[in-house]
Amino acid sequence: MFVNQFLFLAAVLFCIGVYGVVARKNAVLMLMSIEIILNSVNINLLTFALRNGSTDGHVFALYIIAVAAAEVGVGLGLVLLVYRNKKTISVDDLSEMRG
Amino acid sequence: MQNLNLLSAQWVAPTVDYHGLAPELVVAGGLCLVLILDLFIDERKKWLLSIISSFTLLAAMIPVITLALSETSVRSMFGDRYVVDNFSLVMKGVFLLAGYVVVLLSSSHVEEGEYWRGEYWFLLLSSLLGMLMMTSSRDLVSIFVALEFLSIPAYMLAAWRKRDPKSNEAGVKYFMLGVFASAVMLYGMSLLYGVTNSTLLVDIAAKTTATGDFAAVQVLAVVFVIVGFAFKVSAVPFHTWAPDTYEGAPAPVTAFLSVASKAAGFVALVVLIYTAFPLAQDIWQPFIWVLSALTMTVGNVLALKQKNIVRMIAYSSISQGGFVLMPLAVAGMAGSGSSALRSVVLYMIIYAATNLGVFGVILAVSRKTRSGEVSSFGGLFSYAPTLGVLMTLFLASLAGIPPLGGWIAKFAAFQSLLQSQSTWGYALAIIGAVNSVIAFGYYGNVMREIWMRPVPDGDTTPIQIPGSLSLALGITSVATLTFGVLPGVALHFADLAEIAGAIIR
Repeated sequence: MFVNQFLFLAAVLFCIGVYGVVARKNAVLMLMSIEIILNSVNINLLTFALRNGSTDGHVFALYIIAVAAAEVGVGLGLVLLVYRNKKTISVDDLSEMRG
Repeated sequence: MQNLNLLSAQWVAPTVDYHGLAPELVVAGGLCLVLILDLFIDERKKWLLSIISSFTLLAAMIPVITLALSETSVRSMFGDRYVVDNFSLVMKGVFLLAGYVVVLLSSSHVEEGEYWRGEYWFLLLSSLLGMLMMTSSRDLVSIFVALEFLSIPAYMLAAWRKRDPKSNEAGVKYFMLGVFASAVMLYGMSLLYGVTNSTLLVDIAAKTTATGDFAAVQVLAVVFVIVGFAFKVSAVPFHTWAPDTYEGAPAPVTAFLSVASKAAGFVALVVLIYTAFPLAQDIWQPFIWVLSALTMTVGNVLALKQKNIVRMIAYSSISQGGFVLMPLAVAGMAGSGSSALRSVVLYMIIYAATNLGVFGVILAVSRKTRSGEVSSFGGLFSYAPTLGVLMTLFLASLAGIPPLGGWIAKFAAFQSLLQSQSTWGYALAIIGAVNSVIAFGYYGNVMREIWMRPVPDGDTTPIQIPGSLSLALGITSVATLTFGVLPGVALHFADLAEIAGAIIR
């Protein structure tokens, strides 16, 4: 099994996700970047589960998928809330408070 | 294909210790009741929901007490993945009492606003249930689920005032950074699982060190996991969400976030450090040292220039978090492991009582002044002497002035640093001591407003304090005074808090 390739893929996805969260100003794109990080975690877990021959990683990945769905539900709700009040979803425009 | 064989093995139902799970079950029952009643109850009778929430939390205290008195000191379930030990019982008690005080603080605030009351109580109880689970979780999966369980309702609570742009901003900032932090933490957890082939903390402990073939991966894993919780406890440089979220969220929610949510982060950090990474102290000790020194200093310096009282308390609570982290920076050294655990628990108990008290006074005063400025406290003593004295008491406790609780907490933290007898410990103690002095600058500023300045608008009508708020202020002030005058009370609970399976040097 080519464990390295999978781990490399996960690491690359993780970096893309982190870059996306840091560089993007659009709230929905930030949410998508976070999803990319979570998927890189899932790839990692499944690779290790196959490599080590245990089922813990599979179970963990299932939990992450379920919880990520709940997170995105709340996240999109919050983005919608902001859009209704401010007509924008750019996080740069969220600057009511300073200091 | 050995995985498939594992899957087809005979499934055996785990034995569930219902007595051990009783506090969680009571809270789970209470929150379902609140959710269902909210659908059917008449709008004018919604105040019932706050009563149900407060009684749920008090009822959940009963099994915590019976568990503490029972013969079995450690109950472990689901293959040691969920453990009820003394540490978790002490912290469950703290969370339930803090939750009760938050319910008392919020009830009048929630009733008087025209917002969604039923949801408020449901979300508050859900978040508390996650915290109760966090105290017992001894597995990466259950820690992750508990963390999300306590965070997701908290994101919604922060954005609870739907039409208020400040509240929206608070919720979005908290959500984005919180979810990002938990994603980074999960990447660390996946690496931990890869290296150790287990998600159980005690198994991870045996294989996670700073040396070996996978040293680089282990360092990355441990640092990422700690970063995830550093966001939760708003340690500098991961604190950027905290001031905005604390200022924008409704005041009782801010009290809840700055006390309960922060304590939950520390609980997870303590459990991980003592049960999962005891042999990897060379990785986390320097990291936590830097976090602690930065958190104390940056939090204090930024608090000095704040004009808004809630924002000032937000920075003050960041710097208090640095003091809680302080003993953990030497927790892996011989001789200071158990005293570090004790002082962290002690600090969390006392900080919870004091900070909730501060928010109680802020809520009471803002009922009259409708302002969040520090100057709105001007001349408070002249027209509301009780509130003035109480605020002075709480601020003095946060500053660590002797006869009050905060002093004992700081004393225990410094004692633990000195017991490590290391240069690192001494250096951090000096930084901590300097910061205690800086902190007095902004606490003293509020006290000066209360005692010496004139009332800003000359309006000296007395403040009407609702019954629930006075009860909350009573509980917190009695606790702050008792812990200071009789330190044995709090020390007793902190001494009890032993983590089952922890390796303590």
